[in-house]
Amino acid sequence: MLVFILRRLLQAVIVMLTVAFIAFTLFQFVGDPVTNLLGQDATPEDRARLRSDLGLDQPFPVQFARFVGNAVQGEFGISLRQGRKVSSLIAERFPATLELSMVAGVLALVVGIPMGVYTALRRGSFLSQVLLTLSLLGVSLPTFLIGILLILVFSVTLGWLPSFGRGETVALGSWSTGFLTADGWKHLILPSITLAIFQLTLIMRIVRAEMLEVLRTDYIKFARARGLSDRAVHFGHALKNTLVPVITITGLQIGSLIAFAIITETVFQWPGMGLLFIQAVTFADIPVMAAYLCLIALLFVLINLVVDLLYFAVDPRLRANKPQGAH
Amino acid sequence: MSAVQAKTFKWASASDIPSWDIHSQNNALGSGVHAAVYETLFYYNAKFEVEPILATGSQQVSPTQLRVTLRKGVKFHDGADFNADDAVYSLNRAMEKTSNYGVFTQGIDKVVKVDDYTIDIITKGPNPVLLRQLTELRMMDKEWSEKNKSTVPMDLKSKEENYAHRHANGTGPFMLKSWDQDVRMVLTKNPNWWGKASGNVTEIVYTPIKSEATRIAALLSGEVDFVLDPSPADLARLRSNPALKVVDGVENRTIFFGMDQFREELPGSNIKGKNPLKDVRVRRALYQAIDATAIQKNTMRGLSQPTGTLIPPQANGWTKKADVRLPYDVAGAKKLLADAGYPNGFEVDFACPNNRYINDEEICQAVTAMWARIGVKAKLRTLPLVTYFPMIQRYEASIYMLGWGVPTFDALYSLQSLVRTVGAQGDGNYNVGRYSNPKLDALIERIKKEIDQTNRNQLIEQALLLSGEEVTHIPLHNQVIPWAMKKNIEVVHRADNRVDMRTVKVN
Repeated sequence: MLVFILRRLLQAVIVMLTVAFIAFTLFQFVGDPVTNLLGQDATPEDRARLRSDLGLDQPFPVQFARFVGNAVQGEFGISLRQGRKVSSLIAERFPATLELSMVAGVLALVVGIPMGVYTALRRGSFLSQVLLTLSLLGVSLPTFLIGILLILVFSVTLGWLPSFGRGETVALGSWSTGFLTADGWKHLILPSITLAIFQLTLIMRIVRAEMLEVLRTDYIKFARARGLSDRAVHFGHALKNTLVPVITITGLQIGSLIAFAIITETVFQWPGMGLLFIQAVTFADIPVMAAYLCLIALLFVLINLVVDLLYFAVDPRLRANKPQGAH
Repeated sequence: MSAVQAKTFKWASASDIPSWDIHSQNNALGSGVHAAVYETLFYYNAKFEVEPILATGSQQVSPTQLRVTLRKGVKFHDGADFNADDAVYSLNRAMEKTSNYGVFTQGIDKVVKVDDYTIDIITKGPNPVLLRQLTELRMMDKEWSEKNKSTVPMDLKSKEENYAHRHANGTGPFMLKSWDQDVRMVLTKNPNWWGKASGNVTEIVYTPIKSEATRIAALLSGEVDFVLDPSPADLARLRSNPALKVVDGVENRTIFFGMDQFREELPGSNIKGKNPLKDVRVRRALYQAIDATAIQKNTMRGLSQPTGTLIPPQANGWTKKADVRLPYDVAGAKKLLADAGYPNGFEVDFACPNNRYINDEEICQAVTAMWARIGVKAKLRTLPLVTYFPMIQRYEASIYMLGWGVPTFDALYSLQSLVRTVGAQGDGNYNVGRYSNPKLDALIERIKKEIDQTNRNQLIEQALLLSGEEVTHIPLHNQVIPWAMKKNIEVVHRADNRVDMRTVKVN
């Protein structure tokens, strides 16, 4: 067990370093923040001075080594665009992203599971066909298009919901939440639907496929033979076994929800980490980009680690022979 | 102030301002927003003439000494008096090493307090554009910034955040109430302001909205009253909407093409051993092959003003005579190329930004097609601005697009940056084709020092005409910028693309 965990941790460190290295290689091509900082009228001397002040004139290995050295101490420097500590910027933006992802995740589960169950039990019914067609749309439409369409219908045409921003938030210590105001919830509706749609259709299709699979198994036939009601069979026996893979998938999707929030946040001007990252890219704000990419990598590494450890705990076969990532 | 009279003005554009520190980043949007809260000694009126604001007048004591008298009875938002100490302090702060406003303090040697309401600005030499430079140097309270440890502009190397970066205390018509960067900024009316506003706004709410479509949706749904930068593609729809209006105005920004006139051989060209762009006939041919009117009609849908010179009409020194375009003439251009020894044209590198100027990429595609008609194969590459500008500053483009705005509203600003031989102190800092002509340099040096307005303007005209004759650059057009807003909003459109909050009316 201990060897397994240590090995996984070592792999995680290697993954993190690789991500940092690739990210840093990309920054060599991302452009130059100096022009943005100084405006068009700066002299070449000014630009050169600022470049060397920021260490942008150093050779690549030196810059990278310095970045890793600082990152290990949790120091990501100052955002060039905003003149503030990157760590405090990310801490400020994190609540917005987390709340959006949470609501979207809950929405995907609460709507996706019943829809999956329904389409599995009532195969061929008209409503099932409609739901399946819609789910195809949901999987294939790009996120930004869904977002813009929702804005067009609910903000511009009907005027029911706001088209951008987070609305009124309440500060709880260092955490800002939109959950405590009606305005905050109103602002959450469209972005969370936009972010949820892809996951929702994914969950629905997985649940449907699993459910159909389970309904064909022997123990379901046996349960029916015992004269149990449809209800007891479907929801007592079948659904329970259906949900095991769904839980795994959901865990792995949490990371994607947070990472994919970038597009939704950009469309809705949602002040989360994704928007911060996109704005950093257009400015060539290297410290923010580096910190964000490392953070997302860390998130995926941690989620995978937890999932693996859970499998390890649940599945005795893994303990017997050599451990592998259970994917 | 009763609730009935409360008028909120909600506006949006793509990005937020970088800082509230008035000397931190020289950013166009930031300067425009700062102007509502912090005031300068002099500022432009609607006609872009310099008028005194926190000053009451100025007098040239000697060619290098300007005496400025200050307005009495002006108070900062925290109640402190504005006086000579603050003025001296603020100008010195703009000259600090970490300030990015050095370009506006250029030539200032030192600032001296004469009495409580008089200061002397001592310059290193005669400086005819000093008052224009002062229009961008805002006034901060000495005691306030000392108390809050913000005596030097934000230093990006430091680990410390500067108080003045997120708080503001100026003398202007509006006070900063709250600022959540990238989310929302609220300004409220300053009840103790010394001046008189023609507008009626009591509160200003600014929300940056990055996505173009969302920004327009917010205007259509009524969540914002005003959008500074609607996308060109949406304009027709906005204009036909009865609830909205679009106000166009010429911007003080000229779009032109520059050419590498330094290298002996152009990289990526099929012409070896010589540089065709060094031949004035070739430059003229490229110029005359461009149909600026067609670009205005088709590419820009009317949102441009074709020009024959490098400065916009609002800038001091512009004359009609200097602003005559060479005629569009394909046959003539072909003949010029043949005379220069390129009857079959040549291949050349052509670089453009794709997210900096209005329709920049589309313009370059159109120009590429026009040049193809005279046999010039321009190999177009387009880049986002963060990579484009460093690239052209490394002199890597053979032909490049550039747009040049004139914050001082004076021709020297453009001539010195674009035409003057590359040198120190901002000379030729964007002359990235490295054009060099001693005659023009001599003229520009005289324009820098000539105090007599009439003589100076004659020199400027000479320089502009010479630049046109030599085809140092290929001028294309001045940008026209549309602002979109609800019907009940009245604003004065300004060529510097700033919303003057003193003049906004919400009806």
